[in-house]
Amino acid sequence: MLAGRVGNRRVVTAACDVAQAAGLRVGMAISKAQALVPDLDVRPADPQGDTDSLERLALWVMQRFSPIVAADPPDGVVIESTGADHLHGGEAAMLDALLGRLTLSGITARIAIADTWGAAHALARHLADPVYLGEPHETRISALPLSALRLSPVITAGLSDLGFETINDLLTTPRAPLTLRFGPELCRRLDQAMGDCAEPVTPLRPAGLIETRRSFAEPIAAAETIARFISQLVTDLCLALEQQGLGARRLDLLCWRVDSDIQTLRVGLAAPQRDPKRLTRLLCDKIQTLDPGFGIEIMTLTATIAEPLVSRQTSSLLEPAASDLSGLVDALANRVGARAVYRLTPVASDVPERSVARIAALAPDQGANWPNHWPRPSRLLPRPEQIETMALLPDHPPNWISWRGVRHKVCRADGPERIFGEWWKRDAELAAVRDYFRIEDEAGERFWIFRAGDGEDTATGSHRWFIHGIFG
Amino acid sequence: MSDPTPTIAALRARIAHLEGMETHVRKVLPFDVPDLDQRLPQNGLAIGCLHEVAGGGNGAVDGAAAACFAAGIAARLTGPVLWCVTQADLFAPGLEQAGLSPERVIYVEAGDDMAVLACMEEGLRHGGLGAVVADVANLSMTASRRLHLAAKASGTTGIALRRWRRQMDAGDFGQPTAAMTRWRVSVLPSSPLPVAGIGRPRWLIELIRARAGESFDIELEGCDGAGHLGLPAELADRPAASAGGRYHSFG
Repeated sequence: MLAGRVGNRRVVTAACDVAQAAGLRVGMAISKAQALVPDLDVRPADPQGDTDSLERLALWVMQRFSPIVAADPPDGVVIESTGADHLHGGEAAMLDALLGRLTLSGITARIAIADTWGAAHALARHLADPVYLGEPHETRISALPLSALRLSPVITAGLSDLGFETINDLLTTPRAPLTLRFGPELCRRLDQAMGDCAEPVTPLRPAGLIETRRSFAEPIAAAETIARFISQLVTDLCLALEQQGLGARRLDLLCWRVDSDIQTLRVGLAAPQRDPKRLTRLLCDKIQTLDPGFGIEIMTLTATIAEPLVSRQTSSLLEPAASDLSGLVDALANRVGARAVYRLTPVASDVPERSVARIAALAPDQGANWPNHWPRPSRLLPRPEQIETMALLPDHPPNWISWRGVRHKVCRADGPERIFGEWWKRDAELAAVRDYFRIEDEAGERFWIFRAGDGEDTATGSHRWFIHGIFG
Repeated sequence: MSDPTPTIAALRARIAHLEGMETHVRKVLPFDVPDLDQRLPQNGLAIGCLHEVAGGGNGAVDGAAAACFAAGIAARLTGPVLWCVTQADLFAPGLEQAGLSPERVIYVEAGDDMAVLACMEEGLRHGGLGAVVADVANLSMTASRRLHLAAKASGTTGIALRRWRRQMDAGDFGQPTAAMTRWRVSVLPSSPLPVAGIGRPRWLIELIRARAGESFDIELEGCDGAGHLGLPAELADRPAASAGGRYHSFG
């Protein structure tokens, strides 16, 4: 439980789940709380420290998820995800990834995605469990209590005195008397939540971030003009990076339009870079995703993630230089997403679908190979498909198989290759067995099929047959 | 093919010039199977060009044999390999047994055919790769010409692995493209072994189209652990040929 000071009173400012179950509430006097729970663990609140760590969290989110992020004190982070979600495979996948990484860091988070800051704020705090991803949000918001509206406590208290409980009560009430009684803030917050009034997110810009900026006397909109200024910004940024011995790993281009909307463009790099030509090309490849609207007033370019980059000798007389693929990998990763560019590496597992792991495209060689004593198919089905067969138990290959409605007579076969379940991964695999066969039909097509179970004991599997791969 | 007379050689060079090739003598990658190499223009597969490979029969849909054939070619070229796919169903241990080791291959999973072609062009233009392979269904004349020019400019070999969603779409393979050669790889029943089990895969390799060459078909054994094709024993058992069965075979 945290204690803070409001005026001359010491009150509870935060209480954990256990404390709340014991009857403690935020806003209760400390003396009363201590009377309720005798051996209470009271710690002083540290508002400045909270703000600082919130900003650190916002910076962390900015480096990984979206270029426009701001702290939403006291307990929130607001993320402008427009133009950033597709890099993570859509909104749902992005929220999953964000929640997963926050949970791993020991942070309990609730996330909502909505059209406006106000709506997202309200939904995250009242409906997210722990993620809210709804389509039309107006009806959902109007049912929420007044505390969802980011109003000052005085106004909330005043409204509840008058009998207002939900946002819907406010929406159905004439506005003039409300404004007269509570000031303009109430209706402004209401409009912001419902999307009738714009509320730009001012991006977090911590000290020490390398940033270059251009403002234009006349707004610019043509793609060629934007490209020219991108090139100038990149040149400036690379000079700044060079002075500090850094290379950019992630670049954010923010374009403030005349109508105060911010268009963003983010590129990631597989290795630190400060080559102006290459960075310019990566940014210019994506110009068509910017919507200049009535024109762009200000452009800033930020090296959101920068890492040390020292010069090194690239060529040698003794050995031919290995080709540098980082430029290609960057171009591809920014085209299709960083996850879709990868290499495969062996994993010490006999289960075929687990024997391959994805690693980064430029990761160092693992130096491992798959064991080479059994033939493996060139195409592996995404998941084994059940087939109909006729086979002698326990260890004969089938006489024929029927897959996707086509019957193949088995002419030649090889096997079984027995693979045991990995009991250290899942209890269900303790007794599991798969017997793999390689079969060839009359036309010469070769399939990789297996029987779940060892052919004798039903505890080892269902004894159904599956096809798992196709040989070339 | 050795040139019978200087006049014909000069004429060939002139035709090659008209077809837009910068160099008259192009680098080639021999298959190391004399029966196959002798029938190819310049006795091998042209490096720095676009080639097309498709599977025959069910292979048009699963593309398993075609993938091994392409992996064997890519394995024998030097340098890293970019493999662009729409569905990630390649099994890397299987490709390794066709000679292509995992540390050489960078995979790109692109959403659709257009994105795959764009990634392939990006790879071909880069110049640092040995080969670029892409699983594509539709390849228009315009797209293939772009890819071919990109391959020519950088000297990277491009292999368009034609693979369709449905068997009936495979008729698209008849459409003209700018590719240097067009291959169809179909599986055949393998020769029986004296013991139970399955022998080395047997392919019917058809060269459907070759610029400045003639089409033909040949029956060969699938890629071994170094990416080499083999001549079947019953065909190799002739005085002129000796290429088959030098390596331990898989798959």
